[in-house]
Amino acid sequence: MSSAKGKGARIVALHLAVIAALFAVQFLLPAYHHGNLARIMVFASFAVGYNLLLGYTGLLSLGHAMFFAAGMYGAGLPLYYFDVGVLQAFGLGLLASFGLALSFGLLALRASGIAFLIVTLMFAQAFFLATLYFNEITLGDQGFVLSEQARTLTLGGVVMSFADPTVKYNAALLLFSCCMLGCLALVRSPIGRVWVAIRENEPRTRMLGYDTYRYKLLALVLSGVICGAAGAGYALLFAYVGSTFASIQYSIFALLWTLLGGVGTVLGPLVGAGLMFYLVDIAGDFTSSYLLVVGVVLLLLILWYPKGLLGSLRARWLPWLP
Amino acid sequence: MDFGPHLFLALLEGTVSAFVLAVTALGLSLVFGVMRVVNVAHGEFYMLGAVLAWWLTTLLAGSPMIGFGVALIVAPLIVGAVAFAADWLILRRIDYQPEATIVATIGMLYIIQQLVLTFYGPDARPVEPPFYFRVSFPWFGYSGYKLIVVGASALLLLGVWLAMARTKFGLYMRATQQNQEMAQAFGVPVRRVYAMVFALGAMLAAAAGVLVVPIQQAHYLMGLDPLLLSFIVVIVGGLGSLRGTVVAAFIIGLSDGVISVFFSPTLAKIIATLFVAMVLVYRPSGLFGQPEEEQ
Amino acid sequence: MAALTLLETSAISKRFGGLQAVDAVDFRLEEGEIRAIIGPNGAGKTTLVSLISGRLAPSSGVITFKGEDITRLKSYQRVGRGIVYTFQVTSIFRNLSCYENVALAAQRSLAGGLGGGLFGSERAIAERVEAAIHRVNLTDRLDLLAGELAYGHQRLLEVAMGLALDPKLLILDEPTQGLSQGEIAAFCDLIRQLAKSATILIIEHNMPVVLELAERITVMDRGAIIAEGAPDEIERNPLVQSAYLGTGNA
Repeated sequence: MSSAKGKGARIVALHLAVIAALFAVQFLLPAYHHGNLARIMVFASFAVGYNLLLGYTGLLSLGHAMFFAAGMYGAGLPLYYFDVGVLQAFGLGLLASFGLALSFGLLALRASGIAFLIVTLMFAQAFFLATLYFNEITLGDQGFVLSEQARTLTLGGVVMSFADPTVKYNAALLLFSCCMLGCLALVRSPIGRVWVAIRENEPRTRMLGYDTYRYKLLALVLSGVICGAAGAGYALLFAYVGSTFASIQYSIFALLWTLLGGVGTVLGPLVGAGLMFYLVDIAGDFTSSYLLVVGVVLLLLILWYPKGLLGSLRARWLPWLP
Repeated sequence: MDFGPHLFLALLEGTVSAFVLAVTALGLSLVFGVMRVVNVAHGEFYMLGAVLAWWLTTLLAGSPMIGFGVALIVAPLIVGAVAFAADWLILRRIDYQPEATIVATIGMLYIIQQLVLTFYGPDARPVEPPFYFRVSFPWFGYSGYKLIVVGASALLLLGVWLAMARTKFGLYMRATQQNQEMAQAFGVPVRRVYAMVFALGAMLAAAAGVLVVPIQQAHYLMGLDPLLLSFIVVIVGGLGSLRGTVVAAFIIGLSDGVISVFFSPTLAKIIATLFVAMVLVYRPSGLFGQPEEEQ
Repeated sequence: MAALTLLETSAISKRFGGLQAVDAVDFRLEEGEIRAIIGPNGAGKTTLVSLISGRLAPSSGVITFKGEDITRLKSYQRVGRGIVYTFQVTSIFRNLSCYENVALAAQRSLAGGLGGGLFGSERAIAERVEAAIHRVNLTDRLDLLAGELAYGHQRLLEVAMGLALDPKLLILDEPTQGLSQGEIAAFCDLIRQLAKSATILIIEHNMPVVLELAERITVMDRGAIIAEGAPDEIERNPLVQSAYLGTGNA
């Protein structure tokens, strides 16, 4: 551990460089890609939250779409029906996902392993069905569109509309940076060390004196809030709220992006979300059954590259990558 | 219609779906019981059975009865072969690890579903029932074919039970389910049993799909609802308990049918999914399964 | 020197279905002693220490530690009180480095309250890790993955993890299994060192080690204590002889 300080500096520098690169890219790429990248960054934030639970704490969930959707509806519904400001709406989205994650965690963490997985699946499915059932309010899977006026933020005299591509891009970048740096800080902290220990050998971790239930609950709640932030961000930036985002499909996407990028790596979610976005985009040009790519990629990953892209990179050449 | 006959109709509908659900869920339960893995693609085998039935009956357009009869035999066999191959090529390689299998079967789900979308298209297509007669109740006429479905499903369930209890393969399955290592030590070809059980599970789902397709239509997304319901049934009935699965299928199939007729199908599903989540939280092994040892 | 009771069990019992694994055992440990528990297989030794460490909840009975009733405390809470247990079947973090393995333990003991391990300076952790690793003589293996160590060294790593927790009562379950003669000798030295600051409770089958280390020996058979005393008393005890001879090889 002689170069611990050196390693730490290197890691922070790398992650800041990624953010800087993302900032610079908007001046280099044509406008078409700005919207795509903004979307990718929001989805990457979703995957960062998911990865916190799967990659670092070792809990597989197939229900995370409900946290994303909680943030989305939590921000979108007030914006649509009432006259709340952008920041308040975002805050409400965070609150909604926090409440959902906490109550869910208190119940679901009594179960473990496959039982936990199925509980996440069932709760998420119930949540999705509820958004359909209450479709007088939520407008079901048709969804609703948020006006530009609702998505305009005035800070210190400066008027920013999220319909503006530049504002959209940089807001998405801000969201992703906060989520990603937050994740980095957490996984390198004493808490992160315990999470990894729980993933590796939970009984041993308990016998070292850690209340593993409390740590898992913390991971679940933080994971839920980050996913909720992504969902609220999506509503604000892309103006659309609909049931599809609560469906199992988005839970599977979170898993897919995380696995592809490298489960248990901080930057993996960005790589996975970005790569998958363009894969699906390209496939969509050829066929309407473009989700086939999803199936093929999942199989390839699980059979031959379970560590994903950055995970394999880390195993071979860069052991210090967090 | 008055309430009484309406309830009777709801019960009839519930019985039909309960029997079909029992066959479908039994396939999932066998796979979980013997192999200890969750097959998320199970609904797609059901869908594949229905779509193949459409294709075969369209091919043999001459006589609906012969076409359907052929479909009832051939479609499950084809689906069984697909499942066998999937086990051999994929599941074996990941060594049946629980989480990896779930991800792999999700992949399989997408592949099967999207391939069907490519070749069959997004439309829902009907299939003619092999025979058409109505049973006359004092308040309404009811499709005789649906009652045949009940009979056929019952036969399938009986067949599986007999196979488990009386045949050598059934013995292998039960032994592997009880204690995989012991079975292997006694010379049971566990790997082969796994492949055959996976195929058998798929075939049951496919058979259910074939039986159901004259009532519903064949559509590439039709596997998702049966998957969810089968999950619920298998968990509520107790992971690994076949008897529990069948009992749960009836309870859930009937109540789902009745609630769907009187209230909304969406509400029925919400209640069912929350119920099963609670069952798992408080009794991780389901209602009938063996309770886990204290940790 | 006044002998303080560190740990006491009153009529502690554990039942598994039809099997009475531990049968109303009254067990007492004095502070600062080195005690060995011996007995044939199935005697209930591991069950008893599992009850003490909190891995198992008792069917009935009471356990007190330093005067406090800890019967209802969970295992992770007892670690906080100073009861540390190393597993019979080695349980370490195979995919993490030796440093990380011990650091987890060090972090817990440095943090104290708040669920443990939320705040802890990395420097303090590093010091404690290096000290613990040094005591078990694994310093040159610090950066290796724990899973890559030889079995005997993995067991020593577990002891290091136990040490980093700053134990009042260190429970070792068959610690010398798999160690070479030289390693066993070093281990005995280590235990004697440790006994200066902690109470040691060892389950062992290796009789020379037991006779060398233990100040007192407790003998169990079929869930109950059949004898307790100084090593030479135990050696001569006819009940002990028949338990070992009667039920076969230990």
